[in-house]
Amino acid sequence: MLSGIYSLLSAGLFVTMDAVDVAFTEAAVGAGVSTVFMLGALALTTSKEKRSSRTRLLPLVVVFITGAALIYGTADMPPFGAAENPIHQHVAPHYIQQSGQEIGIPNIVTSVLASYRGFDTLGETVVVFAAAIGVVLLLGGRFRNPANGTANKPVKGSAPEENK
Amino acid sequence: MQLLGHYNYWIVVVLMMSGFYLVIASDNLVKKLIGLNLFQTSVFILYISMSKIFDATAPILVEGENLYSNPLPHVLILTAIVVGVATMSLGLALVVRIHEAYGTIEEDEIHAQDDAP
Amino acid sequence: MKQHSVLRVVSKILIPLILLFALYVQFHGDFGPGGGFQAGVIFAAGFILYALVFDLDRARWVVPAWLLRVAVSLGVLLYGGVGVVCLLLGGEFLNYNVLAHEPSHGQHLGIFLVELGVGITVATAMITIFFTFASRGRPKRAVIPTTIHED
Repeated sequence: MLSGIYSLLSAGLFVTMDAVDVAFTEAAVGAGVSTVFMLGALALTTSKEKRSSRTRLLPLVVVFITGAALIYGTADMPPFGAAENPIHQHVAPHYIQQSGQEIGIPNIVTSVLASYRGFDTLGETVVVFAAAIGVVLLLGGRFRNPANGTANKPVKGSAPEENK
Repeated sequence: MQLLGHYNYWIVVVLMMSGFYLVIASDNLVKKLIGLNLFQTSVFILYISMSKIFDATAPILVEGENLYSNPLPHVLILTAIVVGVATMSLGLALVVRIHEAYGTIEEDEIHAQDDAP
Repeated sequence: MKQHSVLRVVSKILIPLILLFALYVQFHGDFGPGGGFQAGVIFAAGFILYALVFDLDRARWVVPAWLLRVAVSLGVLLYGGVGVVCLLLGGEFLNYNVLAHEPSHGQHLGIFLVELGVGITVATAMITIFFTFASRGRPKRAVIPTTIHED
């Protein structure tokens, strides 16, 4: 549930940074279907977590050292929001100026996504397709008894069938 | 101060380190996946914050505006979000199968069952 | 969910609006934020809402498995097919300029078809994944529920 709220907040953050398409997608995907899938997986497994007994010092130290190294590394990055940053200098002005004549649709993100970078979108569609096939292959058989005998209770009291 | 202009990177690093900590320090498999999701979203915020220009508008051509935010990272992150949900759903499907095979989703119990003769 | 009548009534009003909004986002992706991915996810969310509020078997009867299989492949095929048609018409793969008599019209047509393919695949992939998660652990039932007219 909190992850859904987190996704919605990050979608709001994207809107304030002028990324409306990305905000739309993050809100729909993160606060929508991703939360539903996570709740579905939790319903199929357990929703209680075991209290751990070990102390967590080593991961904390690793995390702090990595965080310090990253902040030291980002000191060299260009400042937030300046128009002279290197990222805005190479291909992006071409897209912004030419996409009006060459393609003629107002939404530059769609024109870049579907026309200038169409190969990436083809690959992405195939990835979504492969993920759907993967989930069906992993979970698509009917009710299975686990290997070591701890059976899940069937929903309506009828006996589970044997798979083919 | 020069460093204060980089506050967006600090936020990204904080989120990224929280996700990283969740991945390496939790035993529960679903919690690890949630940490991975947090990590992923921090990378999205990094790219989108790099594409923002102050006093510019969203990259949709309208009359009268001539300063737009950079559309190229938006395209990359759009792809990344959808690929992220695809991998998250596959990861959750794997967790469900692991739970059915071992009866638990705590990592140390799974290792104990694997090491037992 | 026979008891939750507020949920059922409100969902019956909202779900057509959600699907209509998904179609609006799909076809207005050229003029505002939107496009194939967003529209596909919103479309799938409409069906997931239907499956959550009403029975899952009813939702599986409305959207059968063979339809999902065909549709998810159809989207990818549409995208690849547009690229191959561009090849056959003399341009490079996915060069939409050759699709019509004028390059800008060709781009419009190419982007329209490609976004449609993406939207179909994403919507049916999300619905497939949700149905797979939700029917795991339920015993196999008859395909057509006999209590379809209970309300």
